[in-house]
Amino acid sequence: MTTPRETQALLETPAEALFAALLAVLAAKGMVSEAELAARMAETDAAAPAQGARMVARAWTDPAYRALMIADGTQAAEALGIPMRGAPPLGVLENRPGRHHLVVCTLCSCYPRAVLGYPPFWFKSAAYRARAVRDPAGLIAEWGTVLAPGTEIVVVDSTADYRWMVLPQRPPGTAGWDEAALASLVREGDMIGVTVPGMGAKAG
Amino acid sequence: MTLLAPGTRVRVRDDWPEARGEAHIRTPHYLRGREGVVARHLGDFPNPEDLAFARPAAILPLYHVRFDPSAIWPPPRSAGVLLVEIFGHWLEAR
Repeated sequence: MTTPRETQALLETPAEALFAALLAVLAAKGMVSEAELAARMAETDAAAPAQGARMVARAWTDPAYRALMIADGTQAAEALGIPMRGAPPLGVLENRPGRHHLVVCTLCSCYPRAVLGYPPFWFKSAAYRARAVRDPAGLIAEWGTVLAPGTEIVVVDSTADYRWMVLPQRPPGTAGWDEAALASLVREGDMIGVTVPGMGAKAG
Repeated sequence: MTLLAPGTRVRVRDDWPEARGEAHIRTPHYLRGREGVVARHLGDFPNPEDLAFARPAAILPLYHVRFDPSAIWPPPRSAGVLLVEIFGHWLEAR
């Protein structure tokens, strides 16, 4: 039992000192090593929308990869060397002519961090969370996104143990582009579903 | 446990555990008491309502359930589909 004085001292301890002390205890008990920690920090730093964009570009150029990605997003990510250990299962929502997906987490901010990194600030806003389920077409239009007439919007409310990313449609005018050029077209919002790739894109 | 087959009409229980005390619920408010259709069984996961309080958690089926937004919100609203992860113990077959 800590005394109020001890609790106060703990609260005033700089975070780095607390972290070092905790790490020392965990290391002494053999629960974590410096190397494991460094590897995990490197994985976290590498998690960014560019990872998801690589998956999308591969799916646009390789039908077998596309099929794998839709069937099992986690395996598809791992196939490109993206670490998924400890991450929730990844589901992939395939946009196609007549069907567009929009991802939201109305409860909090569930997000496929392993492949998209940290969520953008607006993804966690009450306004986005409320409007994505109630008025998705209006919301998407405000992003300047134009969907083909008659396109059905499927709003995916990410409430539980899966994390969801959108596999957008390959934009027209990109025939013959290599994977790297295609990946450079794919932005964070395209994999959430508020935008589509190629809006205002330059030739590659 | 018998799994709900894709296409099964279901109703989300109109239950409000958070009104009775501490609770951690992954079923959105706007779907309580609403009817939908099972899209598919996503897998089986420990009940988050117990995990959140470090209690032993039963492994429960998780479904993707399809809802018609026009049955939930008044116009003006957007046509389309809502697809939401709901745990089996929140669903009653119709």
